[in-house]
Amino acid sequence: MNIVVLVKQVPDSGSERALRDSDKTVDRESASLVINEMDEYAIEEALQLRDAQGGEVTILTMGPDRATETIRKALSMGPDRAVHISDEALHGACAPQTSLVLAKALEQLEWDLVISGAESTDGRVSVMPAMLAERLNVPQLTGARKLTVDGAKLTIERQTEDGYEIVEAEGKAIVSVWDTINEPRYPSFKGIMQAKSKPVETKSLADLGISPDEVGLANATSEVLEFSPRPPKGAGVKVTDEGDGAQKLVEFLASQKIV
Amino acid sequence: MAEVLVVVEHLEGAPKKVTFEMLTAARALGEPSAVVFGAPGTADKLTEKLGEFGAQKVYVAESDDITGYLVAPKAEVLASLVERTQPAAVLLASSSEGKEVAGRLAIKIGSGIITGATEVAADGTATQVIFAGAVIVKSKVRTGTPIITVTPNAVTPVPAPATPQTEAVEVAVSDNAKLARVVDRKVESAGSRPELSEASIVVSGGRGVGSADNFSVIEGLADSLGAAVGASRAATDSGFYPHQFQVGQTGKTVSPQLYMAIGISGAIQHRAGMQTSKTIVAVNKDEEAPIFELADFGVVGDLFKVVPDATEQIKARKG
Repeated sequence: MNIVVLVKQVPDSGSERALRDSDKTVDRESASLVINEMDEYAIEEALQLRDAQGGEVTILTMGPDRATETIRKALSMGPDRAVHISDEALHGACAPQTSLVLAKALEQLEWDLVISGAESTDGRVSVMPAMLAERLNVPQLTGARKLTVDGAKLTIERQTEDGYEIVEAEGKAIVSVWDTINEPRYPSFKGIMQAKSKPVETKSLADLGISPDEVGLANATSEVLEFSPRPPKGAGVKVTDEGDGAQKLVEFLASQKIV
Repeated sequence: MAEVLVVVEHLEGAPKKVTFEMLTAARALGEPSAVVFGAPGTADKLTEKLGEFGAQKVYVAESDDITGYLVAPKAEVLASLVERTQPAAVLLASSSEGKEVAGRLAIKIGSGIITGATEVAADGTATQVIFAGAVIVKSKVRTGTPIITVTPNAVTPVPAPATPQTEAVEVAVSDNAKLARVVDRKVESAGSRPELSEASIVVSGGRGVGSADNFSVIEGLADSLGAAVGASRAATDSGFYPHQFQVGQTGKTVSPQLYMAIGISGAIQHRAGMQTSKTIVAVNKDEEAPIFELADFGVVGDLFKVVPDATEQIKARKG
């Protein structure tokens, strides 16, 4: 079973994140950049399937040159190779454009399954797997907290707001996973060393047959008009419990007309 | 005035609050037309309530094909409705499924999409709060029919009684939209408690709660307030509370009137899911815990003393 895992480099959610004043896109220069956390679960799921059934795991990343760091990190967990789509014209791409690029790249790869994280920690738009399923005309098995592969049949437990659904499909499919699905492995020292020599193929828009005027900030389907830091909250009240903490808490709730 | 399509969010015919929030937001853009997806008989239970919040029309798309296959049939029906009605915008809930339907629709009709809107202005400008609540962004779709998903609990629902016309929509789902079959659907109820993303009060427990058994302290406080129960990732990863109640970057995002963080330090991972709550209360024994930076009211103390005591006092006040 050949699996492609979608991996995105994102600004570390634990660090200060910002938009750039110049063009209102995510500031990737000053931020510390990491692999999108949910993608590690996607990689782990792919590795478990490969180890059980054979085949190859390919990492697919769209991002600037600097995303190479994230690709090596992903490879250090155990995938076999990577494809890196990098092209300056992609700067500021919106979600529909990104899905076009990833769909074209997937058309050039041989795969049985695509696995991605259910969302990225920067945009949190969480539409990419659904958009890819739409473009590629394959089943969408998204939001999985469990994935079972039985021959050609795929079954997931899909986490929903109200519980879960059992969803099944046959053949090639796009799967997205939540962080409840597994426990990602830590890269071993050997894995980190091997990652340095694993093949990473770089592709440009031309390689994918996409014209630069179909993508990028100037052609995006949505536009950021303005942004501002959220006004800081006024300093709250902090009391130390000396036997009267609960009483003060309830009085505060009463002052807010909550009780 | 142009129509605005509002995709109704409901659980087996019971409307979710976000539906009324979307109908309220839609009125700034045009005349709200509700779109009901479900099994046959669903819309009957909803129409009157949809009218209360200003739905002028209710498009009824009822079919076992809608419920039997994941996401794709809804996007297909919406695409044909958009073509026919030429709406000013399409609003959906910013739930997992709402966003996915929106995403597929965007590809089908060649439109831009904005997710997680907390406000929608008359000209279609959407407000989003990003980066764990740190930045407020105003954005606009500039290609095609704007598709906007709306964050639950962000817009205040305002009634505007109307008597909606209902119109049955033909549901002809193509084979391409039937690739992922929903074979079973399980509701994991939070018991009598409200649903986390739409609750007006949320009480969450963290690592400080210490064990699954101790979560009864959190549940007790929640029940005294009629609140939903949440948990930090540290608590769900430690098995103190089920994963679907996790609030945070990798869990649910909530924005209630009151959020109570009990025994939660307030790591960025948690703050991402609750930072836009209107009022925040924290109880933590560590006075340096970052959660206190966010809290409108904080108690430094032992949660096992403060919380049960507060629960009793709230019950006493409520009689």
